Amino acid sequence: MTMLQKPWAARHHPAWWAFALHRISGLTLVIFLPVHLLVLSQALDDPRQLDRFLTWADTPLVKIAETILVVLFAAHFAGGLRLLALEFLPWQNSQKTFIALASGFALAVGIVFLLSAFGGVD
Amino acid sequence: MDNNSDQRELTVHIWRSEASASDDDLQPDGAWQTWEVPVRNSQTVLDVVTWIQRHRDPDLSYRYACRVGMCGTCAMTVQGKPRWTCRTRIGTVVDGNELTIAPLRNLPIIKDLATDMAPFFDKWAEAGAQFVPDRNVDQQTMAPVKPDSRARRTADVAIECIGCAVCYAACDTVAWRADYLGPAALNRVWTLVNDEREASPKEHLKAVAGESGCLSCHSHQSCAELCPKHLNPTASIAGLKRKSFLLALAGRS
Repeated sequence: MTMLQKPWAARHHPAWWAFALHRISGLTLVIFLPVHLLVLSQALDDPRQLDRFLTWADTPLVKIAETILVVLFAAHFAGGLRLLALEFLPWQNSQKTFIALASGFALAVGIVFLLSAFGGVD
Repeated sequence: MDNNSDQRELTVHIWRSEASASDDDLQPDGAWQTWEVPVRNSQTVLDVVTWIQRHRDPDLSYRYACRVGMCGTCAMTVQGKPRWTCRTRIGTVVDGNELTIAPLRNLPIIKDLATDMAPFFDKWAEAGAQFVPDRNVDQQTMAPVKPDSRARRTADVAIECIGCAVCYAACDTVAWRADYLGPAALNRVWTLVNDEREASPKEHLKAVAGESGCLSCHSHQSCAELCPKHLNPTASIAGLKRKSFLLALAGRS
């Protein structure tokens, strides 16, 4: 006896992947924000601890992880605007184009951040 | 083998149920059963299922009626996607030599490929998806409705639904929320909200402006992606959300 398989084939289209990305980036944001505020609070509580953290955060591996975060947040921002347009403006049939534009925006922000992080752009 | 066959055989995996659905388990466990089916020209998925039932296993249960894409009876999960089987040709879905056919998702399995459509149509009733004529209009004279008026065109876009439940089976929100009315019922309500002959479009709107209605849609758009009639329930639901929002702003929700 087996269970019916999950319907992944039916989900394999841009709008569903855009939903999944929006959900994943949103959950990442929920985890990131408290940690971000905790780190910032070190400026008041323990500045030397904050300096040690910032030195660690300057390593290439952390910068790459940071770039992934920036891409996710840019995707959440652009995806959120796309959803607001979908729900509050008259329907447009170019939904897949909007998804592509939102993805392109997120990747562009990520590339700019990556170049900036490694000293290419100030 | 007749002249219509090209002598190739298709390996077909069909879901066989071990039990009917219960209140706790809409889709109980079962097993895949495999047959070799001769390939024919212009063969549809429904042709394949019918061939197996007539030549290999008369106990195989499935459902169809019109065979021409009008009645919405024969939908099944084909290669992992809900589709109308009478209008789905093998050549459009088989890449290689294997075909999998299962019952529709989100509906109780009666037996094998036949699902109980009652919950699907019950939700149309719950959504109030029924035309209520405006009794203030003189019933003896024909109410003038311009076919090219904006409201009529908006209603027309969504009106060709055949009730096949492909969108309902494709919808993840239906899978996640048992009380969610689903794309087809909400799409139907959208046609009524825009129908100039309706007695009270706002009542229709109020019936679906809740958490079990349009507000729960996550805009996955699987319904629009897979609707065999190329309707767009996501667009209809977005319209319902917009009008519900305006109604709430006006303090009449």
